[in-house]
Amino acid sequence: MILPFFIIIPLLTAFLIAIVAGKKDNFANGLSIFSSLLLLLGAIYNFFTQNQEVIVYKIGNWKAPIGINLVQDSLTIFMLIIVGLISLTSLIYSRQYIRHISTNWKYYALFMFLITGMNGVIVTGDLFNLFVFMEIALISAFALVAYGGKAEEFEAAFKYAIMGVVSSTFILVGIAILYSATSTLTLAKIAEQIPNISYKIVYLVGGIFLMGFGLKAAIIPFHTWLPDAHSSAPAPISAMLSGVLIKVLGIYAIIRIFFNVFGAPEFFLNIFMTLGVISILIAGFLAIAQWDMKRLLAYSSISQIGYILLGLGIGSTLGILGAVFHLFNHAIFKSLLFYNAGSVEMTTGTRDLKKMGKLTKLMPVTSKTSMIASLAISGIPPFNGFFSKLIIIIAAIQSGHPFLTALAVIGSIQTLAALLKVQRFGFHSENKTKITKNITSFGMKFAMITLAFLCFAGAIVIIPEIKEVTLDPIVEVINNNSEYMKIVLGR
Amino acid sequence: MILYLLCFTLMLVGLYGILTKRDLIKIILSASIMGYATNLLLILFAYRNGSIFPILRKGVEIIPMVDPLPQALVLTSIVIELGTTALLVALALKLFQKYKTYDITKIRKLSG
Repeated sequence: MILPFFIIIPLLTAFLIAIVAGKKDNFANGLSIFSSLLLLLGAIYNFFTQNQEVIVYKIGNWKAPIGINLVQDSLTIFMLIIVGLISLTSLIYSRQYIRHISTNWKYYALFMFLITGMNGVIVTGDLFNLFVFMEIALISAFALVAYGGKAEEFEAAFKYAIMGVVSSTFILVGIAILYSATSTLTLAKIAEQIPNISYKIVYLVGGIFLMGFGLKAAIIPFHTWLPDAHSSAPAPISAMLSGVLIKVLGIYAIIRIFFNVFGAPEFFLNIFMTLGVISILIAGFLAIAQWDMKRLLAYSSISQIGYILLGLGIGSTLGILGAVFHLFNHAIFKSLLFYNAGSVEMTTGTRDLKKMGKLTKLMPVTSKTSMIASLAISGIPPFNGFFSKLIIIIAAIQSGHPFLTALAVIGSIQTLAALLKVQRFGFHSENKTKITKNITSFGMKFAMITLAFLCFAGAIVIIPEIKEVTLDPIVEVINNNSEYMKIVLGR
Repeated sequence: MILYLLCFTLMLVGLYGILTKRDLIKIILSASIMGYATNLLLILFAYRNGSIFPILRKGVEIIPMVDPLPQALVLTSIVIELGTTALLVALALKLFQKYKTYDITKIRKLSG
């Protein structure tokens, strides 16, 4: 039973770094890489040994309605693997990147708290516990956004923090109302009580949760903090925030609460679909208009979250399959694009696309991997992004929404346009730059090449035999909402 | 019922403050007021009129008790709010060092 260790290991590492690390960051970096490697290996080990069973860990051996449970099913393992993978590459990348800001162990301690919070949200089976872990992740995220110490970074962090506090307050109000209606906080027990309580309460709580978690996932009416926070943070943190944090705190929490607990009411699915398409279109246009490279990527994140939400909102097996697959793919290629932006920024000293140019010869690894990631995110055939977008679009046609399908296809073209802008102006333009030295280190290149390889390899998952053991169990967990409750409560 | 309405009003006061005030410190205070309203709501849900503290003792007849769980939740939530408020104040101080003002209309290097 290694489930609690997904919380213990990063938490212990954070305190160890704070106690033992001296003034240099060598030890802190090595230790944090080691512990995130342990987390990734643990998640992969769980994947191979679980046999599609649901495992419930009772903390202190208290049974379900009284104590707090940790629950492990296919969706949990899937999210743990994503968090492990992105945090490992991000820490390898940080080694050189963060030294050009400062050499301080605090960065790694905060990073470990961020992982603790996210892993906690993923494994917990208790609503209030989810809230507490979410706050741990958020507080460390606010601090990490401001880590660079420039005026804009504090401004972005303050904006993010105020929005985060408001949304957390609303989530707590939702939890309070749900508790007063069902007298329990265990997710499975609430799911059992939902048919007995008035549908008005479900709609009220659902609306409050949609606002709270929607703000964390940066769905379009609640998106204003994201472009500032994600473009101001250091590049490895942008990759963590855009690649993992908005998915764990936003999309994963929405899946657990609306699908596994509320039983996917039709009313909310329609809202997801509408908000998803609005996010795709508006964020797509805003992305094309940007000249700051990281800001463009941040807006494109909002539009890709829209695809995931559209797939979830369709609610058919195929739609959810597409959403889950796109979630995995987006974590990979968006993190890769932020690593590229970071290494370009470190070498040229600017994020403005107008001032870059002729980087293909100077930075071959960065420009090639960014080309791969751009093609993957805009859905060009051999890469993983093509298959997930295709599945979502086919699912939208099958469910009888031709209009939404057309808008989703337009959104894909917008993504292509925005990313071609990065390629054309950022890497291939004829601007004369004075920089002649590439300072990208081996660690940074290693992180980028690993993720670029996964952009190719991710497409394998769609082969039916592999899909059966990887993605299908996750779709079953999301679709089969009453099953979750029965297994967790042991009936 | 009147208590719930007052609690909701307190929450709206906090939200109004966050949305309309220009001063960083006032925004932080408004966020705290929202937090207090939420804690009050949790306590109100737990309260039963004419009930006693939730401890079972020998020889005492069992009468209705208040729900102890929301009180534990409120303690946790107060601690979390302390952490976030401290962070917000630290960020506000740093912003004051950089911009020499607490007015958010003058703190805008980032556009839209």
